[in-house]
Formats: sequence, C-alpha cells, structure tokens
Amino acid sequence: MDLSMRWMRDFVALDEMPPRAFCEALTMSGSKVEGYKVEGSDIKNVVVGQVTAMERHPDSDHLWICQVDVGTESVQIVTGAQNVHQGDYVPVAKHNSLLPGGHKITKGKLRGVESCGMLCSLGELGLTAHDFPYAIEDGIFILGEDCDRTLGKEIQSAIGLNDTCVEFEITSNRPDCLSVTGLAREAAATFGVPFTLPKPEVTGCGDGDSIENHLKVDVLNGDLCLRYMAAVVKNVKIGPSPRWMRERLRASGVRPINNIVDITNYVMLEYGQPMHAFDLKYVKDNHIVVRNAAAGEHITTLDGVERALSPEMLVIADAQSPSAVAGVMGGEYSGIQDDTQTIVFESACFQGSSVRLTAKKLGMRTESSGRFEKGLDPNTCPLALARACQLVEQLGAGDVVAGVIDRDHSCHEPRKIPFDSHWINSFIGIDIPESQMVEYLRRLEVEVKDGFAIPPTYRADLEHKADIAEEVARLYGYDKIPTTALRGLAEGRPTPRQQFDRKASALCRAMGYSEICTYTFISPKLYDKINLPAQSPLRRSVVISNPLGEDTSIMRTTALPSMLDVLARNYSNRNLDAALYELAVEFLPTSDNELPQEKPAIVLGAYGKDWDFYALKGSVETLLTQLGVEDAEFAPCQDNPSYHPGRCSVLTAGGQVLGVLGEIHPAVCENYGIEVRVYAAQLDADALFALRSPEKKYVPLPKFPASTRDLAVTCDDTTPVAQLRKVIRQRAGKLLEQLELFDVYKGAQIPEGKKSVAYSLVLRAADHTLTVEECDKVMASIFQGLAEVGAEVRR
Amino acid sequence: MKSALEAIGAAAREQLAGAADLKALEELRIKFLGKKGELTALLKQMGGLSPEERPIIGQLANQVRQEIEEEIAQRQQALKSALAQQKLREEALDVTMPGKQLPMGHQHPLSLVLDEFKEIFLGMGFDVVQGPEVELDYYNFEALNIPKDHPARDTQDTFYINDNIVLRTQTSPVQVRTMEQRKPPIRIISPGRVYRSDAVDATHSPIFHQIEGLVVDKGITMADLKGCLETVVKRIYGDDAVVRFRPHHFPFTEPSAEVDIQCFNCKGEGCRLCKGEGWIEILGCGMVHPKVLSGCGIDPEVYSGFAFGIGLERLVMRRFNIDDLRLFYDNDLRFLSQF
Repeated sequence: MDLSMRWMRDFVALDEMPPRAFCEALTMSGSKVEGYKVEGSDIKNVVVGQVTAMERHPDSDHLWICQVDVGTESVQIVTGAQNVHQGDYVPVAKHNSLLPGGHKITKGKLRGVESCGMLCSLGELGLTAHDFPYAIEDGIFILGEDCDRTLGKEIQSAIGLNDTCVEFEITSNRPDCLSVTGLAREAAATFGVPFTLPKPEVTGCGDGDSIENHLKVDVLNGDLCLRYMAAVVKNVKIGPSPRWMRERLRASGVRPINNIVDITNYVMLEYGQPMHAFDLKYVKDNHIVVRNAAAGEHITTLDGVERALSPEMLVIADAQSPSAVAGVMGGEYSGIQDDTQTIVFESACFQGSSVRLTAKKLGMRTESSGRFEKGLDPNTCPLALARACQLVEQLGAGDVVAGVIDRDHSCHEPRKIPFDSHWINSFIGIDIPESQMVEYLRRLEVEVKDGFAIPPTYRADLEHKADIAEEVARLYGYDKIPTTALRGLAEGRPTPRQQFDRKASALCRAMGYSEICTYTFISPKLYDKINLPAQSPLRRSVVISNPLGEDTSIMRTTALPSMLDVLARNYSNRNLDAALYELAVEFLPTSDNELPQEKPAIVLGAYGKDWDFYALKGSVETLLTQLGVEDAEFAPCQDNPSYHPGRCSVLTAGGQVLGVLGEIHPAVCENYGIEVRVYAAQLDADALFALRSPEKKYVPLPKFPASTRDLAVTCDDTTPVAQLRKVIRQRAGKLLEQLELFDVYKGAQIPEGKKSVAYSLVLRAADHTLTVEECDKVMASIFQGLAEVGAEVRR
Repeated sequence: MKSALEAIGAAAREQLAGAADLKALEELRIKFLGKKGELTALLKQMGGLSPEERPIIGQLANQVRQEIEEEIAQRQQALKSALAQQKLREEALDVTMPGKQLPMGHQHPLSLVLDEFKEIFLGMGFDVVQGPEVELDYYNFEALNIPKDHPARDTQDTFYINDNIVLRTQTSPVQVRTMEQRKPPIRIISPGRVYRSDAVDATHSPIFHQIEGLVVDKGITMADLKGCLETVVKRIYGDDAVVRFRPHHFPFTEPSAEVDIQCFNCKGEGCRLCKGEGWIEILGCGMVHPKVLSGCGIDPEVYSGFAFGIGLERLVMRRFNIDDLRLFYDNDLRFLSQF
C-alpha cells in the first residue's frame, strides 16, 4: 500500500515532521513501513519560465533559440522541440540543474549558440501523459492552467510533483489499512491527534428522477453477498480528472484513466472499498441479479479471456447472463467507454473466502479480490458509494440520480469482547492505569463499556481479549514493555537419541567425512539413475501433488541418490577427493491417509585416491565400535542393484539388516558421470541406536602374561575370511584376547585357486599364566576346526 | 724426576688440547694414565728415590695425575657437547614445510550454527523436540488458528500430498504436538526442515530450516518474551546488539511481534545491506493465541505462553557473509571445507 501523505492530511491534523520520523513511529505502532519516496527529490534547479522570444538557429533547420523569463532573469536556451510558442509557460532546467535518472544540465553551446539550460518534456521530469493528459509526450511540457505559472517557481510545487509516498507492508488481518483513511486513523492514534472523516454529501440533480426508474437489484445469495448497494449517474461526461486527483492516484501507484474510472479507484484507495462502475445500457432489462453461476455458464472478462464458471462462484448477472464475477472482475462489455451515458456505481461486500476461492480457481487475483478476500466491512459500502457520487458532482462528471439501492444481509450486532485491565497488565507484563488503556482504545474507535470492548465494524480482526491486549500494547509501545527473565527452574537436556546423532556426526567428521545437507524431495528419475528395478518397493514414494517441477516431485525413499548427486557435483567441480556424510531422512509411505514413516539414515560417500572398499568398511567398523554397536556382521551382497556385485556387503546383527556398504556399481557411476570408483554406505540410524550398548564397561588390566601364536592356513580362494575368523573365535573361546589377520597371499607355493591366510593370536587367561600345553591344546582345537571348513594349516 | 713429571704434565696438557675427538682423547688417556702409560712408567721408578723425596714426588705425581684427569674430563665434556651441538645442527628442519594433515571432516554451516542455538537454549532450560516433516494439515494449519479458508494459507505456499497431508511449512506443528503430550511448564525449541513452494534463487529455497520455540507456564508475560529473546539475540550477535520489537501479525500468536536488530553495518542510518531501513528483521514471535492453547487442551485462563521462529539460512548467510543460499544445498567441498 502506497500512501500519499498529502491525501492522508485531509483526515488527520498532523504536524509537519521529517518523513523518516513518521515512518519510524508508524512502524513501531504496527503499520510496517517498507520505505518512502519524496516526489521530485531527484529534480533540482528546475523552475517555471515563459518563452518571451523565439528565433531560428542560424545553422540549423530544426533548432530554436528561445529567450526565457525565469522570474529573476531572462536566459537563452536552444531547443529542438517544435511545439513551443512565444508566450508558453515551460519547465526550465537552469544551468547546474538535476533531472531524474541523475541527468545533470549545464550551459553549453549548440552549434555555436550559447544555451543556458534546457526546456523539459514530461518524460524528462519523470512523468507521463497520464499525469497531464493535455501535454504531448514527444515535445516540451507546456504548462496548462492547472499549474502554478508564477515565473521562477520551483517546478515541483508548480505542477504538484511534491508529495511524499510511504510504502506500507499491511498484514492480512488489517484490510482496513489498505486505505488512506485507515492509515490516517492509525497515524492519528499513533501520534494522539484528532482524526476526522467528513460525511460525503450528495446534492442530487433534483429533476424528480429516481433510481427505481433505472435499476432493479435482487440478491439471491445473501450469505456470499453480504451487502449490495448501487447508485446511478446519468448524462455522464467522460473526460480527464482534475490535477489534484491525478496527482494522488499517481502517488498511490495508480494510473489515471478518465474521470469515472479515476473516481472508482480514488474511492477504493480512500476507503478501502472496491468500487465497480459499469455502463447501464449493457444491463439487460435494467435488472441486476446477484446469484451463483449456473453449471456450464461462461463469462468473457474485461481482459478478453473467456472463463468457465462453476456453481459455487458468485456472479453479478443481468436478466440473462453474468456480467461480472463478484468481487473479482467485470465482464467484457461492462467497462466505461467514451460513449457511455448512464452508469451504475456498485459498492458491495462479498464474503471473503468465497472471493478468494473463486479468484484462485479462475487464476485471476485482482486488486479487488485481494481486498475482498481479507474480509471487508459492509458498513463501508454506503460511505464509499456516497463519496463516489459526491466526486461525480464535484468533478461535473454527470448527474447523480436520486436514491440508492441497498440490499443488506449483513449482521449489525456489535461484537463485545471482555475487557479486563488487570488481565491485560499481567498478560503483557506492564502496569498502566485502565484510563490509559481506554484512551488508546478510544483513538482506535474501540468503545469500552460495562467491562466490554466494542470494536468498530471495520476491525473484524478484533475478536478475543488477547486482540484487545495487543491494541493496548502497540499504542503503549512494544519498546516500553520491560524485559524480564524467565522465572522458575528448568533443565534442558538432549535426549539419548540426540546425543547419539551428535556423536555419530562428530565421529564421521573425525574420520574425515564432511557433512552435507540435501533436498529431501527428488526426481523419480533418480531411481533409474541408481538402477532400482521397476518392481522395487523403494519406487513407491510419497508424491507431492503440486510440486515445483519433476525434479522435486517425490519424497525420497532412499538418500543414496542425493549423496551420489553431491559426489557427482564435486567430481565435476574438479575436487580430486571427497568424503561426505549426511544424517538424512528417508520417507517410506504407509497408507494413503497416514503419515509416512520418516526413517533417519547415516549415509557415507567417498571417492579419490585414499579410498577403497576396505577404507570405507574401516569407517563403518569404527563408527559401529565407537557408537557401541557390537556383534555386527558383514556378509557379501550380490543383489543390490546400486552396488558392485563383488564389492558390496550387507551389515546385519542378529538377522536384522543394519545397512549396506560397498563400491557403487560402475553403471550407476556412469549414470552420474563419475569416472572414478565411488564408495558409499547407508546405515539405519534407528537400528544402530537401538543396538548400542548404553554404558562403557571397565575390564581390569591383566595380571598374567599373554602368549602369542601365529597361524597360517591355505583354503579356497572363495572362502570368506570371516568364516575362518568365526571358527578361530569359537574354538579359542574365552582365552582369545586378540585376533589379527596380518597376511593374505596368493601365488608361488600356493596352489592355483587357493590362498594363504595368516593370523596372529593373543591368548591369555585372567587368573593364571597359560602353560605351553594349554596353548597347544587350544591351537590344536583351532586347527581341527579350520580343517573341518577346508582350511589346511601350513606348518 | 720432578722435571720429568712436570714434562709429562705439560706434554699431556698440550696434546689433550689438540685432541680432535673422543677417540683421540681416549688414546691420550691410555698414553698418559694407562697401566702402561707414561705416568705409570715414571712412577715405577719411585723406588729409587730417597725417603725424603718420595712423599714430595708422590704428591707431585698425584697432582699431575689429577690435573691430567681433570683436563681429560673437561675436554671430554667439551667434545661431547660439540658433538651434540653438531647433531642438532645437522637435524635442523625447514619448519616452514607444511605439516602432516589429519583428514578431519567439516560440519555443514547450517548444522554448525544450529548446534550453537541448541547449546544456548539447552542452557536456558529448553528441550529440543523434533517432529514429522510430512505433517497433517491439522497440525500445520488448523490447530494453529489457520482454518482452511484462511488467507494466510495463500502467503505460505504449501506443498500438498493430499487434502489432509502437507509438507510442513513451519516447525510449529511440533509445538502443537508437544502441547498435546506434555503438561506445562513447557520450554522447548523445535528446529528442523520446512517446505514452501518458492522457486530456487539466491535468497529462496523450497526447503529451508527454522528454529521455533515455545514457553508455556503460569504467568508468562510479553515482558518474559522480550527478556528471553533479547538474551538469545545478544548471545548470537554480541552484547552490543541493539534489538527492537515491533508489532506484526501471525494467526497463532496475539500480540505478535517481529524482532529487528539494528544494522551492524550502518548503525541504523540506513545502507544497502539493510535496504535503507537501518534495521534487519531476524525473527517473528508473540504470545501464544489463547485459541491455540485451548485447542491443545491447555486452559488459557490458567496458562499463557510465548512462541518464536527464526529462519536459519538467512541468519547463517549474514553470519558468514554468504551471498547465495544455493551454496548450502550444492555441498561443494570448496564451500564446506571453509567451516
């Protein structure tokens, strides 16, 4: 909302003050100012002048040498414009003047003839023909009688280009403030000065004619059309509106069109009430019916688009067909034309959410619908209508026919809100007398009576005693409310789960992985990219019904594509190595009307020279150990389509799958455009959390020495070492303190298809020194066990 | 004999002074003091001396021996120390060579700053609570005093799954869920990802993070709200941060406010950073609307509370002077490794 300060001063007796101070005060009382603009502030040293003599330039066939009286002196100015005549009043940019856009004018010579400035066009002053319809755009602006033509007068005040426009951000609960009177009322309340709203007076043409002779109105849906008022103006004379009105419209960011259209816009800006003016000759049978659209009905709106209507939409129709979508936009032929003779002013109040839904469904949000949808006050309708008629008379734009039509279905019962000054004081944390609160509310036209606050009808946002408390607080000043510390003891602590996540995150970083943050919605095409088969259950995702685009249209069921996407981006940005992690969320759909399961995952991803399968596995092992997850097993996994079938492992514990890790399938890497080997792990964070051992356990340091034995076996190349390890651990039992694989060898001395695996064992008993015999016995049992799985001990 | 002793002493001193290394020194010790050394050889001739001379020569011999021993010890010390010095010299490194790097990972700037927030609030007695990102329309809107036809639904461009399920547009639903489950006193923050259908550009993202907070207890006032948030803002921006509370509107709080800090660049004069306003908006807050409390089964006649919400991305951008929000979600290591 752009507010003309000059306009506002019609209603409030405000002292002159710097715009900044005004803006600051209004912002602090609740009407947020986004900025302000002083019109003409980018113009300097431009004055009113009169051309006293003109002669042709001796060396040019189009230039003129003008002598211009600028009050204090006469200056010579050369112009190329052809519309200037002797005696014309013109804007003169004198030597060392400034024009909009930072253009500086200084004296100089034009083809040898001195020119001490410039005569200005509308455009050079930052104006258009809408501001001065009698002026031409491609010539000098010849000042008309509506300008102050005192020679030497500063041009800004001479042509009224000296208003201050303040831009407000109005919140959706205050449609009343989308108007000059609304903001004037706020300004008056803020500064504690009087606000006066004159009642518009209409004289009428007095010819005995009455509106009933011209128009009949029926409202068939009083729930959606709370009030419908109309007035008729005949003998309309279409023409430009006067300068003062054009000026105010311009300052409010509205383009002047003609007197009737300008009046509707002017009234809307002044009262916040959308007005509609339409030509009576297009109203069939002079009968207006406000009704729901019939099924299959169409309307071609003012913008020339044919639109299909549906029965929940409210239309303004004549005896035959709809002529406007109520509160949204008029129909094709309803506009004011140059030959219009009789018009109807409509001042109505339509139900907010109905207008909102209609505008949304038709895809056309207009100035009018934007106001109605916030909920307007039916009591503004008569005021606005009278104001429009008053302006018609004032501008001589036509004859106002006596009488108005008023179909009122609104509720006139005043709202009563409990008022308790003690409660307000204790809720806000202040201590001010009731009389002061009552005074603040009086300024806002909220009446306090018998323990109730009765808000004016245009304040639909005031419903609850907390709303009244806010009105008091904002006029008292939020900055004057004291600041107090929270009372009472409270202990905040992270939950075990939050600590777990934090620890997992810190561990990943300690191992060299950097944290990433990715979008949780993805493109379904990413499932193809990671080679998910068509029937994979992971392809069933939560689908967004109104996505921004396909790339962000489904909630991911796996965070792997996001990780690969980031790795690919880093790869293409020529980052040679990368190790990344994300504490990601995956979304697994349940049934249609239930929320999906949100499953947290720890995802690792890496590529670069230091990475291979075992480096990744080491990270996972460290993570498990440090998080207190014991007894996890790594088994080969050949059927995960995203991973290399020979370099992938599934992680389980007691049959429960905890995750998967391995080298990404070369085909997947190719899909992502990564030409190096990529490693990734996906771990189920909930499962890891559930399996963690809560406390660390202290074991006393050993009192007896250990025995170390080495052991080498030959076995089939395909035998997983985990199998050997399992046998050794089983057979060694409690005595095994440490088991380390230190060599795997294939080649000379080992038969084809076999490998040699060497372990180092540390054996120790807690309560005595192991004898050689004891150790030998254990080793013998291990040998036997290994032999049973086809591993032969090398001696 | 006396002169022979003195000659040995002099010769020893001279030769010891010239000993270049420890080995030469040891050879000289053997030469002069060894069992077959010169001094020993000379002393063997003591038998031929008169009883009067014997103690005098004996004393002199001891003196010479002692002098030689001291000289050797001294010399040994000097040589050892020279050797040690030389070793240290030889071992000198170019300390300007780069150190061996441990491969430490970096925390994402969003979670880095979020952790700071959590610390601050934990210290003030707040618990951290999380909730679903795919949320029921009821919790995201209706329970927050935003019924189906409310115009505020237009301003929060919402992603819908179906009529009843949305991607949460704020983390406030977590507050509602908390109020349904816990009885006051309540002090929580609910940080997390939220979704709004804004196209991606340098300052917008359809996914971003919020930190919302809620306090409900008997006798909570707007002055408490101001006190609490001023403390938080000063913890984040420093004790000299200038804060202002200005009226605003949110459907779920009443009274509502936005909090600005004075532009640290221009100190309130107005500059490009603050778009000429002199102030930068950092968070929204207010007293929990009584309708919201009663909807969650908390009696607004007994309890009151306040709530607030902070956008994380904007805050982190200002903190590190990051000019493009997309960098957070691009996850380029050249960006990540700066934090």
